[in-house]
Amino acid sequence: MATRNTTLLFCAIGFGVLALAPLGITSKFYLDILTLIFFTAYIGQSWNILGGYAGQFSFGGVMFFGTGAYASSILVNSFGVPAIIGVVAAVIAGAVLAFCVGYLSFRSGLRGSYFALITLAFAELLRVVANSLEITGGGVGLFLTYAPGLQNLQFQTPVGFYYFALILLIISIAIPIWLENSRFGAQLVAIRENEDAAEALGINTLRRKCQAIMIMGAMGGAAGTFYSQKYLYLDPPIAYSVHLSVEMLLVTIVGGMGTVFGPLIGSLVLHTVNEVTRNFIDTPGLSLIVYGVILIIIISYLPNGLIGLFKGRGRKRADAGPGDSDA
Amino acid sequence: MLEVSQATKRFGGLVAVSAVDLHVEKGEIVSLIGPNGAGKTTLFAMIAGFLKSDGGEVRLNGSSILGLKPHVICQMGMVRTFQITQPFAGLTTRQNIMVGAYSRTASQSDAERKAEEVAEIVGMSSLLDRNADGLTVAGRKRLELARALATGPSLLLLDEVMAGLNPTEIDEIVGVIKGIRDTGVTIFLIEHVMKAVMNLSDRTYVLNDGKLIATGTPSSVAADPQVIEAYLGHGAAEKMAGGTA
Repeated sequence: MATRNTTLLFCAIGFGVLALAPLGITSKFYLDILTLIFFTAYIGQSWNILGGYAGQFSFGGVMFFGTGAYASSILVNSFGVPAIIGVVAAVIAGAVLAFCVGYLSFRSGLRGSYFALITLAFAELLRVVANSLEITGGGVGLFLTYAPGLQNLQFQTPVGFYYFALILLIISIAIPIWLENSRFGAQLVAIRENEDAAEALGINTLRRKCQAIMIMGAMGGAAGTFYSQKYLYLDPPIAYSVHLSVEMLLVTIVGGMGTVFGPLIGSLVLHTVNEVTRNFIDTPGLSLIVYGVILIIIISYLPNGLIGLFKGRGRKRADAGPGDSDA
Repeated sequence: MLEVSQATKRFGGLVAVSAVDLHVEKGEIVSLIGPNGAGKTTLFAMIAGFLKSDGGEVRLNGSSILGLKPHVICQMGMVRTFQITQPFAGLTTRQNIMVGAYSRTASQSDAERKAEEVAEIVGMSSLLDRNADGLTVAGRKRLELARALATGPSLLLLDEVMAGLNPTEIDEIVGVIKGIRDTGVTIFLIEHVMKAVMNLSDRTYVLNDGKLIATGTPSSVAADPQVIEAYLGHGAAEKMAGGTA
């Protein structure tokens, strides 16, 4: 209980500072980077709910983002619906898709790499479908009209998008805090640690896994609307890019899977490293090599992610010792 | 309370469990013994919903539970433990037991209270904040028992909770099991430790090659020539009889 209150206090202060940050940071560049960090942390968190907490690794998480983006963009473009209502449709579309994918794969007992591959296949399938449909604009893509205003979720200054991303970030921190203090979260973790034992102890593992992927899907859907309203363009390679699927799991693994702040820390560090290497290294391509090396170091030496540096690591090691001998 | 009739399980050409009939009445401690590979764990897995049955019927409190998922059977009041312990390794003892408790309550504080209560019963109070992967074999066996007990069962299926324990630890866990029975929980257990079987059970079933070969009180079963042959080989019963004569 004490730790939970500390976390909440820490969050309140942190978000307070971030909410006031645009007063001090007027540079468009830095606001954009912060917005990007928040967005990546949010999308990483959506992966973390299913991957980090429930232990079901997906490799096609982008499908919810893309489907959400198309859902709201089509409503905006073809039906004149304001984006603020479109985002609700995007959330629903993401969750419904997640339920379909989750139910089909989990009911067939797909676990581990098989589940990861089936999600990758679904994402690729949707990319091909989006490429060939008329309503998605096919390969040409969809262009959204620039009409700033809260109801359109478009803003004249980067500050508007900064706050939009900050709200997403707050949601993405609130969900795992709730998970860590609820039966639902405890049951997801039990499934991750040992699915047979979880089932034996009365957990409806199929239902819980479907609910977890639906949270991921709903979150991804909203992210899609954010993207399309910010960049005003959407085509199948953007909507269903493998790159984003990888990025969401990368920030989470680097930061720390199954933790509240893992995706945020991962996003912060990776984006910072990325920007720094790009700005201070002039030789073309070298910055990517440095980025890659830093990534390898983090993943090799910090199996619990960066957050493992701060907590729990020492204690876990000490406890693991005697367990190994009688395993 | 539990009725199993004509339960059968085949793995390809091998009949692992063949037309087994047994019943467990409320308040009893019933044991299931037999040589290695007799089909005991398979029978347990069928009863608890982990394996699909190839025939027969399983009834819990009069209603058929054949084909139900393990979590549904758990909610109906029957829970199993695993012979090879299956702890939630990354979690503490407390969190492990709370997972069991959450099958009856959605409240975190209720689950926590239940976990502490159950830990007291199985003697794990001092280990509540220990990580499960740091527990000894005896600790893990107790944890299996504790998690199952936290689901508030009316019937507990225990699969070799004493395997790998030393005599002192066995005496302790026998005491714990008796204590659990005294709180009104019916117990059906698989066991190899004969001293514990004799000490604990009201009735015993003996399984060999998938078939029930004897049933009765532990002492009558131990004297049964068929049981002696199953354990010690063909002709053993005669030799023993000859030896005493």
